[in-house]
Order: sequence, then C-alpha cells, then structure tokens
Amino acid sequence: MSAEKITTQKVNFKVFRFNADEDYLPYYENYTLDVTSEDVVLDVLNKIKWEHDGSFSYRRSCRHGICGACAIKVNGRSTLACKESMTTMIEYFGNDITLEPLSTKRAVKDMIIDKGDFWEKHAAVTPYLVADIDECPSCENLVSPHDAEELNEADLCIQCGACHYACPVVEINSDFFGPAAFAAAYRFEADVRDNDGDRLINVNEEKQGVWDCVKCFECAEVCPKEINPIEKITKLHQMAFKRGVAKNNVATRHAVGFLHSIKKHGVLDEGGLVLYSEGAHIVKHIPVALQMFRKGKIVMPWNMPKSDNLDEIQKLIKSSSTVKF
Amino acid sequence: MKKLKYALFTGCTAKQSTPEQMMSTLAVARKLNIELIELTEASCCGASHLQDYDDFLSLVLNARNIAYAEKHGLTMVTICNTCQLNTAMTKHRLDKNPELKAKVNEKLAEVGLEYKGTSNVIHFLYAIIDDFGLDKIKEMVVKPLSQFNIAPFYGCHNIRPSELHDESHKQKENPYKPTSLDDLIIACGGKNVDYEEKNKCCGFHVELQAPHTAAVLTGTAIAGATDNNADMMVTPCPLCHLKLDTQTKSASEAIGREVSLPVLHMQQMVGLALGCTPAELGLQHHVTDVNFI
Ligand code: SF4
Ligand code: SF4
Ligand code: FES
Repeated sequence: MSAEKITTQKVNFKVFRFNADEDYLPYYENYTLDVTSEDVVLDVLNKIKWEHDGSFSYRRSCRHGICGACAIKVNGRSTLACKESMTTMIEYFGNDITLEPLSTKRAVKDMIIDKGDFWEKHAAVTPYLVADIDECPSCENLVSPHDAEELNEADLCIQCGACHYACPVVEINSDFFGPAAFAAAYRFEADVRDNDGDRLINVNEEKQGVWDCVKCFECAEVCPKEINPIEKITKLHQMAFKRGVAKNNVATRHAVGFLHSIKKHGVLDEGGLVLYSEGAHIVKHIPVALQMFRKGKIVMPWNMPKSDNLDEIQKLIKSSSTVKF
Repeated sequence: MKKLKYALFTGCTAKQSTPEQMMSTLAVARKLNIELIELTEASCCGASHLQDYDDFLSLVLNARNIAYAEKHGLTMVTICNTCQLNTAMTKHRLDKNPELKAKVNEKLAEVGLEYKGTSNVIHFLYAIIDDFGLDKIKEMVVKPLSQFNIAPFYGCHNIRPSELHDESHKQKENPYKPTSLDDLIIACGGKNVDYEEKNKCCGFHVELQAPHTAAVLTGTAIAGATDNNADMMVTPCPLCHLKLDTQTKSASEAIGREVSLPVLHMQQMVGLALGCTPAELGLQHHVTDVNFI
C-alpha cells in the first residue's frame, strides 16, 4: 500500500438508467457520493447499488482487469471500471462525472448492453488457430520467442468491447468488423503455426474490412490493455500486400498511389492521386473539383511543385522499398 | 524573449488545395516575429497511407525530412495534423528502437544524411501555445473576435494517440476534453463553443474508399457545431478543413440535413485577431464563403 494518506472528496455522478423491459426512454439519475483516493470506478458502481438502489445493474466478474466484463464509459471515455482509478478520472474531468454504458443505444439495463454485434464480428474473423497439426506429435509445436513477438501482444485482448464501441465506423457501417475483431484476426494471421488462407482475404474485403478504418486512433487511445488495434489494422494492410492478396481496388490504389506520386514529385500530387485511385470514377469528383478550381485550390499538372533534392528521394525509394504491388 | 525560430514542414496541401493555410501561416509568423525556415527538400509524409503499403519506406522518408530539420539545428514545426502524427510517430519509433534507427540510417547514409533524434517535432498550434504563450497573443490582439461563437475542431491526429503527443508537448492535452484550441479562441477574444464532435473524426482518410462513412462524419461534425450556435468552426488541420469546407454537399446528403459553416484554419483565426487582412490570410480561397467579415 502507498504511504500516502487516503483522502475523501464529494463527487457528483450523473448515471445512465434504463430498463428495456419497463422504460420507454433512458434517463439520468444524480448521486453525490464520497469518493476516496483509493477507489476505482467499480467501487462507485458498487456504492450506488449497495447504498442507493439495489436494482442498479452492471457487469463485473474478475475485478482484476482480465475478464473484460466491466467496461463502461466515464465522461465519454470507455474504460474498465475495475481498473480505472477515480483519482485519475477526477484529474481528467473534474468533480462532475457521467457514467454510461459503452453504447447507450444497445443498453439493456443500466450499464449492461447487448454485445451481440461485437461477438458476431469476433466470430466472423475465424478467431482461432487453423493448423494441420499431427494429432500425436512427437514434440510440441514450438514457437520461437522471436516469432511470438510478431503477435505484438494482440493475444492480450480481453474482448471488453471498449474499442469497438468507441469506433465511429462501427456506428455508421454495420458491416465493419471493428477494431477488436481486426486485432483478433491479426493475432492469428501473425501466428507462424496458422495456415488459414481465407482470414486475411476476409478482413481485406471492401465494406467490412480494414480499408474502411478512418484512422481516428480512438481504439488505440481507449484500449485498457494497450493492444493498439489500429497498429494491428496497419499490419493487416501490410500483410495483404506482402502476401499478394491485396485486391486492385480504390483503397489499395490509394495507398500505393502515394508511392508513385512521391517518386515523381517528392510531394504528393493530390489530383494525380485521386485519378490513380479512382480511375474512370474520377468523374464523380468533378463538381467539387470545379468549385475548388474556382477558388484557386487546384494546381495544374504543369505547375506541380517538386521537392528539392528529388534525386535523393528517388534513390531512397529504390533502395528502401520492401513491397511490390 | 529570444526570437523563436523553427524548421517549417509545410506538407503537401499547403502548396496545393489549401494555399490559404500557407499564406496565413506566414502572415501569423510575421506578426509574432517567429522565423520559419521552410524545409524545401522535404517529401510527402505518406499521409498515414504509405505505411499501409510499405512501412519501412515510410520510415526512411519521414526520417529524411526530420534529418533536414536536424541539419538546421531547429525544432520541426508542422501545420497539418497528419504530417504531425506521421513525423512524430517516426521519431518515436526510431528513438525507442536503436536497431531500427540503425537500419534507417544505413539507407539515409546513401544520400549523405543521418537521423540523430535531436529535433523535436511539434504542430504550429502547440508552438504558439507552449513556446510563444497565450498571454502574449492576448496582449497583441487588435481585433478581438468578440461577436463570434467559434467551434473548435481538433482533428484526430493532433490529440490521439495521446501518449505519442505528450512526448512533444509541454502541456498535456486530454484527448477526451482537449483545451488548446478552446484556449486559443478565448485568447483571440472569441467565445468557444462546446459540442460533442469537437474531438471526433472528420472522415477525410476514407473519402475515396468509404465515401458514405466519410460524409456522415463530416455532416455530423458541422451539425453539432451548428446546433450549439457556432458562427464558424476553426481547425488546426488542413485535411479536416478540406472536408468541412469543400464537402458540405455530400455531407448534407449523407445526414439528410442541409449543413454548412464557414471554417477557419487556426492560423487564419489568429491572423484576423492580430489585424491581418482577409486577403493576406487567403479567405478568398474557401469554398464555403467566409461572409462574416
Ligand atoms: S482507428 Fe479505425 S478501427 Fe480504430 S476506432 Fe478509428 S476507425 Fe475504428
Ligand atoms: S483491443 Fe483492447 S479495447 Fe478492444 S476489446 Fe481488446 S482489450 Fe478491449
Ligand atoms: S471485472 Fe473483470 S475486467 Fe473488470
């Protein structure tokens, strides 16, 4: 235990309440509670249930940050209730704290949500090892420490769903697998023993796949286990190119287009990139392009700026490229 | 105060689709007596896409850009959130991993360069706040923006991942309740608007491959600012600016509601408060008219 003295302060909580069986609409209940410097968010949930309203509902099991059951949102920030210190939350947000489920629209009862879409997507990425292993092997299937490092700790995910419900694309595109499912897909794609050929193709498909990630880093920010799902998404992009399963479509051309542009100009040729990525579909961009042109926002090909010492850049591209498309 | 001097990494849009961003950066730097040495040798940072294709190449190119700032012995200043993320992320990865740094330097040596790790990389917004100081800006304001409700739009890549950005900032930014841009609005005499989307994504990076997702995000952001009585938005990121300023038609269609607000670059807002003319700041280059001046 720390030698520091335990302090107590009053905190105002605004707590999301809803019972899908009885209520038409959710509402918020206010509680002012004494919070000690030792409390985690789960202690607050317990206080509400034990001291104020026995019907207040939330999930928890391990109280050690390993079961993933207790994830909720504190002032819009997803977190594990059993791991998050209230002192940190007060430092972050002051003494007015709002407690909500990970996704209010999926609420079943108070903090408890229907995580069905999360599990469906998890299941859709083949989240297990696919390997032809001798039923009675003469020795274990060894994985070297070096190969194990390739997982980049993706195997530490506890499926709490914090990243999934913080991801803006999950809310807009219902097909999108979401950051946790991608992290799971990566975990097995990066495993040297795995030989499933379809998973990587599946997570690279348009609509559901990694290419629709907007790169907002919400998932990296939020993950209580520091899995950094967007890093795994980036690696799934790279794997698709390296293993030759990247399809020739607008998303992949958009990534590769940067290389072509940099090779030619050092800087990005914005118009050239759109043309290369879209091909004939470029026509749909013409109305906006015309507006931009009128406002002096389009540089003509003959006026394209170039980086100084372009020869250096070209030389480096030649010597440092590691992928071919 | 000693004159501030930085190596300026302009990024690509400043020279193409957002010329007003370049103009206003230079105008504000003049007003604040900040010297900017433009890194004319710099390449594109890859805009968070090149590394999806070739991670190592992306590292080498970004390390080369930083190496030029190091040659000047200056801190690198970026004026685009995504340039900031890519460049600072490269710096972080190389500084933490001597083996990777050696590999990158092996390549850079072919063109007579070396990445040492001696230059910090910061966005101009934080150079103004951390190094120049908001109090001094406040003193220099000649045309306070006092009649205006201004909605800050932070842009993902300046605030997330916070662990990375905390390395280069003097004052930490809470990605769930960021304050830097709000503070700058107040320093310029304006009223800062609080709204849910201020730290959310504009959708820029999937505009080509997932246009609907991108448009919904843009539309929701403008709608959020509008519903909280904003007269205009302000952003430190030219990519957010492009989205919010030029894509209002698709954004409106996607959310089923007509939305449109004037959007200023952070530099333009400061420039206006410091008495720069609209023409100097390139307001004529906006697609959504800035008609309040
Ligand atoms: S970075 Fe991608 S996967 Fe992660 S939250 Fe943002 S859109 Fe979702
Ligand atoms: S990646 Fe992190 S935030 Fe997402 S489900 Fe796994 S542990 Fe939770
Ligand atoms: S109760 Fe198990 S992770 Fe919090």
